[in-house]
Amino acid sequence: MGSYLIRRLLIGIPVLIGVTLINFLIINLAPGSPADLYLTPTSTSADVARVEAELGLDQPIFVQYFHWLTRLFHGDLGVSFQNRAPVTELIGERLGPTLLLMGTSLVIAYLVAIPIGILAARKKNSATDYSVVGASFLGISVPHFFLGLVLIYVFALELGWLPTGNMITLGRGGGFADRVNHLILPVAVLATATAANMTRYVRSSMIDAFGQDYIRTAKAKGLGRSVITSKHALRNALIPVVTVIGVDLSALIGGAIVTEQIFQWPGIGLLTIQSIGARDYAVLMGINLIAAIAVFGANLLTDIAYAVVDPRVTYA
Amino acid sequence: MTAPLLQVRNLKKYYPIRKGVMARTVGQVRAVDDVSFDVYPGETLGIVGESGCGKSTTGRAILRLEAPTAGSVLFEGTDIATLSAGTMRRLRTDLQMVFQDPYSSLNPQIRIGDLLAEPLIAHHRLGRAAAHARAAEIIQVVGLPKLYLNRYPHELSGGQRQRVGIARALMLEPKLIVCDEPVSALDVSIQAQVLNLLKDLQAEFGLTYVFISHGLGAIRYISDRIVVMYLGKVMEVGTTRAIFAGPRHPYTEILLDAYPEANPHLRDRPRIIVEGDVPSPAKPPAGCVFHTRCPSAQAICRTEIPQLTSDDHPVACHFPLSASKTVEAVG
Amino acid sequence: MSSRKYDWIGTLGTIWATAISHLPWRIRLSTTPELLQVRNLKTEFSTDQGAVTAVDEVSFSLAPGETLCLVGESGSGKSVTALSIMGLLADNGRVAGGSIRFEDQDLATLPERRLRAIRGNSIAMIFQEPMTSLNPVLTIGDQLSETMILHLGLTKAQARERVIELLTKVGIPRAAEVVDDYPHRLSGGMRQRAMIAMALSCGPKLIVADEPTTALDVTIQAQILKLIRDLSAETGTAMILITHDLGVVAEMADRVAVMYAGQVVEQADVFTLFDEPKHPYTTALMRSIPHLAGPAGERLTAISGSVPSLAQMPTGCRFHDRCPQAMDRCRDDRPELLQLNGSPDHTVRCWLYDVPVAKVLP
Repeated sequence: MGSYLIRRLLIGIPVLIGVTLINFLIINLAPGSPADLYLTPTSTSADVARVEAELGLDQPIFVQYFHWLTRLFHGDLGVSFQNRAPVTELIGERLGPTLLLMGTSLVIAYLVAIPIGILAARKKNSATDYSVVGASFLGISVPHFFLGLVLIYVFALELGWLPTGNMITLGRGGGFADRVNHLILPVAVLATATAANMTRYVRSSMIDAFGQDYIRTAKAKGLGRSVITSKHALRNALIPVVTVIGVDLSALIGGAIVTEQIFQWPGIGLLTIQSIGARDYAVLMGINLIAAIAVFGANLLTDIAYAVVDPRVTYA
Repeated sequence: MTAPLLQVRNLKKYYPIRKGVMARTVGQVRAVDDVSFDVYPGETLGIVGESGCGKSTTGRAILRLEAPTAGSVLFEGTDIATLSAGTMRRLRTDLQMVFQDPYSSLNPQIRIGDLLAEPLIAHHRLGRAAAHARAAEIIQVVGLPKLYLNRYPHELSGGQRQRVGIARALMLEPKLIVCDEPVSALDVSIQAQVLNLLKDLQAEFGLTYVFISHGLGAIRYISDRIVVMYLGKVMEVGTTRAIFAGPRHPYTEILLDAYPEANPHLRDRPRIIVEGDVPSPAKPPAGCVFHTRCPSAQAICRTEIPQLTSDDHPVACHFPLSASKTVEAVG
Repeated sequence: MSSRKYDWIGTLGTIWATAISHLPWRIRLSTTPELLQVRNLKTEFSTDQGAVTAVDEVSFSLAPGETLCLVGESGSGKSVTALSIMGLLADNGRVAGGSIRFEDQDLATLPERRLRAIRGNSIAMIFQEPMTSLNPVLTIGDQLSETMILHLGLTKAQARERVIELLTKVGIPRAAEVVDDYPHRLSGGMRQRAMIAMALSCGPKLIVADEPTTALDVTIQAQILKLIRDLSAETGTAMILITHDLGVVAEMADRVAVMYAGQVVEQADVFTLFDEPKHPYTTALMRSIPHLAGPAGERLTAISGSVPSLAQMPTGCRFHDRCPQAMDRCRDDRPELLQLNGSPDHTVRCWLYDVPVAKVLP
């Protein structure tokens, strides 16, 4: 297992470098330049050149990338073009809220999805099962922005129970209850899609497990239904479920960008949207790197989890 | 004696065991390890053995469905293993196969008639109409009514599907048919139908069979000569009569003893029941591959690989059984 | 005074009783109560085409310690019969009629809760596929101790001790290590040994074994059959052994019930059945299998046609369209199970034997 992990991590380095290179090229392909933001209607082309030189944008694109990469190996992601703050600092202060939002959503999604999926599988082809399948289909189909706006309209504007956005109520310190209040709607949006997807996975892999010979063996032993479900079927059903957690996490990162924007949640997602608007390449590159590491880490964790739940899988 | 139709010489098929990111080869599964035998025209050669003995891989190598690691397969004196794809394609009409599973070896989307006519058309033997006419002939030869030509495989029972599998093999008028466990998936009462059909076809068309099976009953019923395999190696070769009346290899004797005879009066017959499992072909034992389970193994068996003797009842054993002793036991 | 004089009678009685209880179980005393009595079992499955009957009018009984073989081809209903006894039919299956008396309960009508207390405890089951019948994510020890913790109330530690004992008993080497192994580490034969150990763990009165050696190689089959025979002789456990292989029947059975198309067509003790088979299907089946003993080259007599599907059962006798001896009456009338020579020990479902006994005799 140890040597396997080391090998995986070593393979990860060139993969991550490749990802950042592709990102760098794509960002630079976009029309416009960060220098545009510094311009006033009276700026001359000499002014543009000066700003570009200051930001290092006058150099060939591969030289720029090389500079970025060299700084990266010194733990420096550069400075924001927009406000000259170090990128690491900008990302650092936004990371916490995003992790809070994504973590809570993931935990709640699984807490909802696993029992519902099991229930649907046990009552296969019943009214309960059909409602679960229908609801999860709806949950997967509805876009984040639409669900978010509906929730804001109903719970914030019409009923006035919950805040429309942000992480804390400004000027009121932001205690625990206040934070929870602000979390509810964005978590509901993010968790819905994840839970809906996961419910379908749990349901189908539980149905699959229930049809296996070893379940018949367990019944032939006289075991009760709950033991058969929780011990014999669920352990096996989790094996395919675990493999989609990595995929889920990637989808969650995408979902978080939209959700944070709708709810003005001060996380990485909001920073991303703001940086795109400002053509802040330095920040975008930093965010991309973090996202790539997160996806890479999630897949590695998936592989480890796979070996943990399935004794037949060993890595050497 | 007539010249053999097929000569298998020192055939080896190893599968690499790959491990790690770089997929380095860390070992080899010796599925077939130095196997030699001859098949004479018009005879049925049975290959018998338990799972993992390499009998199916041998059969597939004869048809070059597997490229051998080493050794040669001579069909009418031509080495199939080194033939060009074009020459092999022509030769393929002489060599056909009947598979174990009549459920998965027939394309479910194609009508029986098209399925049978297809190889004739593909090999440019006949035009479409003539090929279908031939299919109508052959399907009756295997004992199915002509109207089955318009049916799909799923509309047939297991036994009927195996008849179609045999008809397909017959379409190109082959000289040699390799039958790989052709009755193992069938019900008891259907097995006899298929075995009898194979016998009748052989008499009618002068076919040569290589009949691969783990079922001793079927092997004895259909074979003229038998090759006994264990863990990729040939243990013993002999006429059916010689093998069953007086096996010379301890493994053959144990295999025969293990067969549950459908006669309750024989249930308490004296016999040897061998202990332990078949070793993995990835780590075959040194010396004689059977020594780990052999009741009469000696020191030499653990170190030296016994070679197949070159008499009329070849056996690969350092201490072959004397024929007389076992004849007595069989009675 | 006088009572002491006749004490020897009491002593003799005790000796007699002890002698009887130590008699080999093959000798059935007429007073032996039946352990299992299946009467007119009918099992149905609901399908898209409506209800199909997989097992119909199946009756047999089993004395303690006896081995009954249910033999038949695919679709004969032998496995469905076993699953009906165990109450393990698939969701769309149900026992639609008849009774399954085990000791003094009717398993056909027993609520699931009560059935669970019997399953794995006094009736255990061994399945065909040792590769898939064990749970891949639980250790052998975990899967074997589960039953004993549930039914016998053992602690985890006690159960573990017992598991090691049982694994040793069924011939698994290094039992103390295997107890912590997962099933994929064991070969097919070893897994089937573990399944047998599992079945034995609560000291069942009846073991239902469904094709226990079909997936195994012939030398491993011989090992497992010997193991089952030795263990059932040692523990006195009765057994229903389901198989398609007449060789296995000949080696294992005390009595045999031959099944065809969901019905028992002939039932007799194993020697009578093989020496004097009466039903044309039994006879045909025996002629269609190749033997190792006896002369080679004799042509096998195949049974023409194929097993009818459940949805399209022939009228009258279900074997009539494949039967070389079929008469007009076989096409229309369903034969009853008839007692040959008035003996309840040999029964046949065939019109050939529906004649007064005197007429059959020369």
